[in-house]
Amino acid sequence: MIKKLAIILITTLALTVNTYAGSDGELLLKKNDPSNVKDCFEGFNRATFAFNQALDGILFEPVAKAYRILPSPVRTGVGNSLNNLSHLVTIPNNILQGDFKQAGINTGRFVINTTVGILGIFDVATQMGFSEYVKEDYGQSLGTAGVGPGCYLVLPVLGPSTIRDTTGSMMNILGGDPWYNVSVKNDTRYFNEKDYYVSRGTDGINFRAKNIESFDNLEENAIDFYASVKSLYLQDRKQKILNSKGVVDTMNDSDWEEIEDK
Amino acid sequence: MIKKLIVFNFIVFLISLNAVHSIEPDIFVQSTVNRASDTLSADKTKEERIEELKQIALDTVDIKGIGFYSLGKHRKNLTSDKKKEYSKVFKDYFLNSFSSRLAEYSNPVIEVNSKEKINDNYTIVSSTLAATDKRPAIKIDWRIYTKNPDKPLIRDLIIEGLSLARTQKEEFNSIIQGADGDVEVLFVSLRNFSKK
Repeated sequence: MIKKLAIILITTLALTVNTYAGSDGELLLKKNDPSNVKDCFEGFNRATFAFNQALDGILFEPVAKAYRILPSPVRTGVGNSLNNLSHLVTIPNNILQGDFKQAGINTGRFVINTTVGILGIFDVATQMGFSEYVKEDYGQSLGTAGVGPGCYLVLPVLGPSTIRDTTGSMMNILGGDPWYNVSVKNDTRYFNEKDYYVSRGTDGINFRAKNIESFDNLEENAIDFYASVKSLYLQDRKQKILNSKGVVDTMNDSDWEEIEDK
Repeated sequence: MIKKLIVFNFIVFLISLNAVHSIEPDIFVQSTVNRASDTLSADKTKEERIEELKQIALDTVDIKGIGFYSLGKHRKNLTSDKKKEYSKVFKDYFLNSFSSRLAEYSNPVIEVNSKEKINDNYTIVSSTLAATDKRPAIKIDWRIYTKNPDKPLIRDLIIEGLSLARTQKEEFNSIIQGADGDVEVLFVSLRNFSKK
């Protein structure tokens, strides 16, 4: 079933790749602009979004609130450990994006934090002066290679995505995530699939716990919460694909100039 | 010689006059933040806080500009009367939304870090909202409209790279498109929000 789904997604993705693949940053900026991403499955997406919201209200938010009761150092340690694990996906994507220097830095960070930092619980590398860690994934690598996002998609439980980013996520379970390979795919003595799913679930809870107030605030003040979340997701992906920290790089000023004659 | 000296002094006077009146965007942001922080940390009722926050927004935010930006391409289809009506409806909505978003915070600590001038109209001021035990530090960039350097105005907040104005623009567009281009539906939604 998963294989079939992967084939369908890759085929759909192939249709979204146009002849401009691999072109310059300006085109990358335009392609990934949230206003250019079509909501082809809006009916399905809104239904899934409503389902996810209900699930969040029943399960994720209460668990995230309970998780926040844990002492701050414990939460920091869990967050560090999960970040450390994500290097296993980030490093191959650094390489896929041609950023060999960053791949080397991240490998160094992973080795130090896994050993000296006791399975990543302590972020020793940052204290040693390593640059700030930036996660990368296969969706970002596809985007950097010039693949357009395709249609916007809301996945059950997992939330906002695009055809490209969903395909990227599928690569994790098709051999692209060493953590998945040693825990779920291959029967090793040390890890089993429970370890993988617990780590993924905890990652989600950790993210939710950090954003309880922000989400509540956004929901309370949104007129169309679905549209707000979609916009924020697509803006975030655009920024990540461009590997940009500065807002000036990602903002299109003509957006603002058009109101000068208001 | 005396004439030259008078001209020179006059020019220096004009420059100093300009320096006194124009407000640097980063100082403007810091003073706005301090003003809001004073309001939020003072011993006041929620209603009093909200009223003060609304006044801060009226003084420092280009509400009309943000309103038209949020309307995007649909702005061009409005008559001048409808534009006036929209400006009023949006102002009420914005002030309610802005004040209720902020009123929940107690004494937020925001440190202004740097500024980057994009062009004569805009400067981006970078700041950081200090971490608490519940959430990590948050990077906030402010898009300051500096066309009139004597009265800079906030046009956007960009939180961790995500633009609030942009998000609102896409939200409004979604509502209008969902109503087959009928802008009145947005007006109704904004009015309903303001009544909450």
